[in-house]
Amino acid sequence: MESVGSIILYFIVALSMIVFSVMAVTTRKILRAATYLLFTLFAAAVVYFMLDYEFLGAVQIAVYAGGIVVLFVFAILLTSKPGDNTERLTSKSRFLGGLAAVATLALAGYALVSRCSMAFASKPVMEAPDMQSVGEALLGSGHGEYLLPFEAVSVLLLACIIGGVVVARKR
Amino acid sequence: MDVTIPILILAIPLFMFVFLGLTGMKMSHKVAGILGTCGMGTVLVLAYYTAFQYFFSGADIFINGAGERLQYLVFDQTWLQFTENLVIKLGFLLDPISAMMLVVITTISFMVHLYSMGYMRDHHGVYEHGFQRFYAFLSLFSFSMLGLVVAPNIFQMYIFWELVGASSYLLIGFYYTKPSAVSASKKAFIVTRFADLGFLIGILTLSWYTGTFNFTELTSIPVEGMAGVSQVNIGTAEYVRGIFANSAAPTFMGASVLTWALVLIFMGGMGKSAMMPLHIWLPDAMEGPTPVSALIHAATMVVAGVYLVARLFPLYLMEEAALDIIVVVGAVTALYAAMVACTQLDIKRVLAFSTISQIAFMMVSLGVARPEFHHGLGYMASMFHLFTHAMFKALLFLCAGALIHAIGSNNYTEMHGLRKHMPITHVAFLIGCLAIAGIIPFAGFFSKDEILTACFGHSIFWYIWMSAVAGLTAFYMFRLYYLIFWWKEHKTPEGHHAPHDQPWTMTLPLVILSVVSCVAGFVPFGNLVTWNGHPMFESVDFFTNLKALDWSVASISLLVALAAIGLATVMYRKENALPSKMRNALPALWTWCFHRFYFDELYMFITHRIIFGCISRPLAWFDRHVIDGTMDAFATITNKASEVIKPLQSGQIQMYVWYYLVGALLLGGITALCVI
Amino acid sequence: MEITAIYYLVPALVMFCCGVYGFITRKNMIAMLISLELMLNAVDINFVVFNRYLYPEQMEGMFFTLFAIAIAAAETALAIAIIINIFRAAKNIDVRSLNEMKF
Repeated sequence: MESVGSIILYFIVALSMIVFSVMAVTTRKILRAATYLLFTLFAAAVVYFMLDYEFLGAVQIAVYAGGIVVLFVFAILLTSKPGDNTERLTSKSRFLGGLAAVATLALAGYALVSRCSMAFASKPVMEAPDMQSVGEALLGSGHGEYLLPFEAVSVLLLACIIGGVVVARKR
Repeated sequence: MDVTIPILILAIPLFMFVFLGLTGMKMSHKVAGILGTCGMGTVLVLAYYTAFQYFFSGADIFINGAGERLQYLVFDQTWLQFTENLVIKLGFLLDPISAMMLVVITTISFMVHLYSMGYMRDHHGVYEHGFQRFYAFLSLFSFSMLGLVVAPNIFQMYIFWELVGASSYLLIGFYYTKPSAVSASKKAFIVTRFADLGFLIGILTLSWYTGTFNFTELTSIPVEGMAGVSQVNIGTAEYVRGIFANSAAPTFMGASVLTWALVLIFMGGMGKSAMMPLHIWLPDAMEGPTPVSALIHAATMVVAGVYLVARLFPLYLMEEAALDIIVVVGAVTALYAAMVACTQLDIKRVLAFSTISQIAFMMVSLGVARPEFHHGLGYMASMFHLFTHAMFKALLFLCAGALIHAIGSNNYTEMHGLRKHMPITHVAFLIGCLAIAGIIPFAGFFSKDEILTACFGHSIFWYIWMSAVAGLTAFYMFRLYYLIFWWKEHKTPEGHHAPHDQPWTMTLPLVILSVVSCVAGFVPFGNLVTWNGHPMFESVDFFTNLKALDWSVASISLLVALAAIGLATVMYRKENALPSKMRNALPALWTWCFHRFYFDELYMFITHRIIFGCISRPLAWFDRHVIDGTMDAFATITNKASEVIKPLQSGQIQMYVWYYLVGALLLGGITALCVI
Repeated sequence: MEITAIYYLVPALVMFCCGVYGFITRKNMIAMLISLELMLNAVDINFVVFNRYLYPEQMEGMFFTLFAIAIAAAETALAIAIIINIFRAAKNIDVRSLNEMKF
């Protein structure tokens, strides 16, 4: 049984997650879409905190909210004038998109409901992973440790930096 | 015995081949020629030293207390180990025949190296195009041939056998811009390859049943059953014999497996040694430069078949049927080639057919050899003839080369009356003719006489047959001699120099080989090379061979040869009508001989009409229409299908997303329905 | 009331479907990229929730999400570089104008 505070917090988070993601894909102002995305990302970060993964939540805020959204904003400001609206969607494309979304929802929802025993499992007790265990798992090479993906990601990021510079620079 | 010298004997020619082949074009013609000749000269000295050590040092590794010569394995290294039993080794075996072959090969090869320095240039001293390549190939050939004769196992022999064939191919096709040379080289290669197929099957059959490749083990002489023959080596021969003589041993088409193996191996020898009906490549091989003909197609490579049979001789002794086949093939070939040689117009073709005939002599001699008769006289005679024939046939070919070089044509109807213009060549050629005709005291007399004696001891029929062939030999050689050097006055065509003797590089080999042809007959071969290493004579001096002659046989063969020479003298010494009269008397025979009994036409008929026409063409049709058609249909269907689905690639990214999403949903739906 | 796994999974699913809708309908490439981020985030949440509810003693889901965030950052940076490049060439970022790569 959860405390009332956490239930209220949950509803706020779930609601904002749904509302802001719907608004992010329906608004006609692109800068606003980026802002709604930022709120959605914050909601996701709160979910991580609620599930006791503090480190992950912090990373979510730092990288997604602090890094990626800023990147979006810069890109938007570079490619469009403020106050520009994207063109109105035709009802046909709106219908088709909605159809795809509903089909996805139906399929995934069916899969979810058919596994209700798992879906309705109560939250087990867990000791929140402290920073030391996270760091050791990240830099160890044993079972359940992630040195190799860590290094691979570091190389990927390096390649990405170089690629970004090469692609975007003026010729 | 030190292994350095044997290794050097093989390594120097190989190095020379690689070196001249890679860097030859960077150096001048003369330097390349001198390098090649010096390399061969070194090998000559080393080989002579080795043979001398083997025959005369008396070391107990070469000769045992009873005076019998032993096989000595200088080295035998594992080269490829496939399984525990299937091991390919490379080594160096010294025994009487390999030591003798070392001498023959290096002598002739050195002479040819030297001779080519003069031959491979025109009258203005300009070297021929590809002169360095020529020397590289000569070195390759020498390497392969030396490796062949010293092979201690049949597999190494096969490897070098093929190398010899390849270098022969390269040298026949040396003038690769001449279509006839190209087709001749292809013909030689294909015919010998076909024969080698039999050889390979024979090797595999033999070694499958005996479990060994080694000559020493295959041919060790068993103790029992041979009067006057003591044991030389105890190996697996009795085991071999046991396997094959076993009544449960497999047979195929009425003959034992051993017979089949030996006959198939002999088939390889037939190809290389140009026995009928696989002889057709040798006359065409004369398209190569004449020194090459002297080295490869007269003295060394073509006797490889004889050498092979001699190597496996103790095995052949177990199967007299195989030996009988060898006798029949050899005798028929000898007569055939001698008859054809009487009518040919090209000097090198006459010599080529004479070579075929003489090699057939050696084969017959091996075939009639039996231990019961004079300690296997036929074997010794065959090797002796191989030795002397190499010398005088190389001499004859080098003389022919000198003539061709002087006249610029192979056709001896253009050569008449050259004796005054080219005295040295004349004398050398005469010595060669006397030697091959078997006139005492020249080399051919002794060896041929031993062969005829061996035939006499085996069967009187083959003795008469081979004596007749010997008479024919004397006849056609002197026909050739008179037509070239006598007949009528030489007329030099307008604008040409009168023919004259050649530079010393060409003359010196002629002189040396002439001297050798005169004295080689006195070499006491019976004490050096016998089938079991057992010496034939108690004591040896210069006249041993003369004393050992069977004069009843010798006088008859001498008379036959003299009569044939006399006939040739009457017919060809001066221009007269006798030859054409004789031709008109037997027109059919003459035509058949002149066209070599239509063997080439027969082969053309078989290959073109039967194989190409009845088998290859339907197969080609099947390939073109059915197999290719199927593949074409696949390609067409793919092409059409691509045209149909091409519009799906609209370039609109969101269309692609749609395709992806629909596919993913379908897959997910199917999974959900099936699993849940 | 107990907050079970489905309480987190359903908002994540709605978020994912929003991403699908946006990715298909929006013509602005940055808007498409934003939709993409939404989908990615929904999946991240799923990983974490399953990790927390089903295998609390392990950290696989959490680390998967961690690496997914890193890769998402890289991917976004590159995508934006490409978009800016396209904008330079075509003066707009409408995805319909990019049909050079058809057959």
